Amino acid sequence: MAIFLTKDSKVIVQGMTGATGMKHTKLMLGDGTNIVGGVNPRKAGTEVDFDGTAVPVFGSVAEAMEKTGADVTVVFVPPAFAKAAVVEAIDAEIGLAVVITEGIAVHDSAAFWAYAKSKGNKTRIIGPNCPGLITPGQSNAGIIPGDITKPGRIGLVSKSGTLTYQMMYELRDIGFSSAVGIGGDPVIGTTHIDALAAFEADPDTDLIVMIGEIGGDAEERAADFIKANVTKPVVGYVAGFTAPEGKTMGHAGAIVSGSSGTAQAKKEALEAAGVKVGKTPSETALLARAALAG
Amino acid sequence: MEKGRTRVDLFEYQARDLFAKHGVPVLAGEVIDTPEAAREATERLGGRSVVKAQVKVGGRGKAGGVKLAATPDEAVARATDILGMDIKGHTVHKVMIAETAPEILEEYYVSYLLDRTNRTFLAMASVAGGMDIEEVAATTPEKLAKVPVDANEGVTIEKAREIVAQAKFPAEVAEKVAEVMVTLWKTFVAEDALLVEVNPLAKVANGDVIALDGKVSLDANAEFRQPEHEALEDKAAANPLEAAAKAKGLNYVKLDGQVGIIGNGAGLVMSTLDVVAYAGENHGGVKPANFLDIGGGASAEVMANGLEIILGDPDVKSVFVNVFGGITACDEVAKGIVQALELLKNKGEDVTKPLVVRLDGNNAELGRKILSDANHPLVQRVDTMDGAADKAAELAAAK
Repeated sequence: MAIFLTKDSKVIVQGMTGATGMKHTKLMLGDGTNIVGGVNPRKAGTEVDFDGTAVPVFGSVAEAMEKTGADVTVVFVPPAFAKAAVVEAIDAEIGLAVVITEGIAVHDSAAFWAYAKSKGNKTRIIGPNCPGLITPGQSNAGIIPGDITKPGRIGLVSKSGTLTYQMMYELRDIGFSSAVGIGGDPVIGTTHIDALAAFEADPDTDLIVMIGEIGGDAEERAADFIKANVTKPVVGYVAGFTAPEGKTMGHAGAIVSGSSGTAQAKKEALEAAGVKVGKTPSETALLARAALAG
Repeated sequence: MEKGRTRVDLFEYQARDLFAKHGVPVLAGEVIDTPEAAREATERLGGRSVVKAQVKVGGRGKAGGVKLAATPDEAVARATDILGMDIKGHTVHKVMIAETAPEILEEYYVSYLLDRTNRTFLAMASVAGGMDIEEVAATTPEKLAKVPVDANEGVTIEKAREIVAQAKFPAEVAEKVAEVMVTLWKTFVAEDALLVEVNPLAKVANGDVIALDGKVSLDANAEFRQPEHEALEDKAAANPLEAAAKAKGLNYVKLDGQVGIIGNGAGLVMSTLDVVAYAGENHGGVKPANFLDIGGGASAEVMANGLEIILGDPDVKSVFVNVFGGITACDEVAKGIVQALELLKNKGEDVTKPLVVRLDGNNAELGRKILSDANHPLVQRVDTMDGAADKAAELAAAK
């Protein structure tokens, strides 16, 4: 099973022919991802060779879907053109759009999110500014390294890319059903809650690890959701306990303003919902092991 | 792409200029940085003015940073008082010489901002303006109308009337405030703002409404289509290390501790700050000296640039390089460390600060080997994040 992405997913890459797109398409293919095409109107009709695998380039998302049956797109398009690329994916009604692009203007991400909503959310958006998602042993849509860990029964959802990798590494001997990086921007498509709901429903997931960071109130809302809807054990980690107020810590969304958005408030909300929260990644991994041991 | 600046907060005079550009009614004014310039500026305004400290902090009126001047001489005197004044830790380097407002009858509040929780834009409006709006929201929430605005539909005059009606503006100003809501929305969108706020929006004696003070924050991610925004950044106010890091495209924030931190990925670096602070509790209370994210796929050069900034911080006693290689290759990180130390040595700089390096993930073995082979006396490898943080804190405390 896994969530959002399986071995049956047919993946296209918007921005495949750029340097970043080329590099990661090759890596995704290496992880077993069924990549059925790229999208670039200026190179439509050509093919790109990745170590013997010829991947066709289509003029649009709609054309790629029609010719290949693609149901997932991974977006590597630069920030200035990312909004148009995501709107195109929404118009084509592809099931999942994974937006890796970092540095998209908030007016653009707010616009494509509003557009997706007005179209009935037929396209699930993950990101922007995220590492994507991986279902180890089956498929990889994004930039999460495929060789950190193996298939297993932990589901992971995280705002941060490198903390996703760190946590997968800490628990590499157990393995993961899916790991989803939702991104640290102020406006994101798929939230902690969406991933928690999917992992709760996924028969291949026994334990959920949730990684948050300072800023916003997504973790607090996730805590409310867990209390009401999640029966599986959840272990949490929140980065940024020592971050000072008013300083943006890398991610556009990671800022403590006044008393809102602090790591302490998030930890308390999660603990009140029965989530065990680690002080560090390694302690979080120990809590996950203990929870799995029952 | 330049990283590390996601939000640019503007001074009042810059906000005023942007409001004027998009048709929000404002009073005439100009910004000056010497007391003598207040005279001519006030003369241009007809001999009377308001002298307003330009600082990015609230409460300047109470702190004595806003004064009326009845004559050009008085404006010079007031500007002399205010320039150089300290307002809540912010030194006043500039004052705005503004037209005096006609008699103010009422003060309102209007703004647009991002509502993260609901992933939409939000209009906020209140007839109880002039004071801290967070206080209004906390004590009398019924006086603050919050109306979601769809990013693609925007604010038409009809939508603006809906906002104004919800905030229960008096009938005689409703249409004028609605017009302000439309021009303020134009400012918000055209400038790629994260916040546009007018407080107070004043109703004056002749019945007009005028933006008397305002705040604007811009989205630095939009600079690719806002080339004029770079000039609005207050480069003088930036910490010199932050400015140097920015010039090199590094995502750096100066903090007040002793352990220099370099890592890859915002989340991992935030986590590293925490782990070092916890470790510091056992080592004399040392803390992280900075946030520095070298980003994904960093080259040896980026690593070297980062290390140079950190080693140049006199507060730093030890350095912790914490990298989990995802896209970033650990051998590149290791090469960067070795290069940076050589570079600094060749420049004649005497590096004495110990480095603790933890490498995991992509090409970690190669990276560790490069460090072992280089065998630099200041560099030690510790292969777990917790262990390395403890070592870095211990070394900082011992200095």
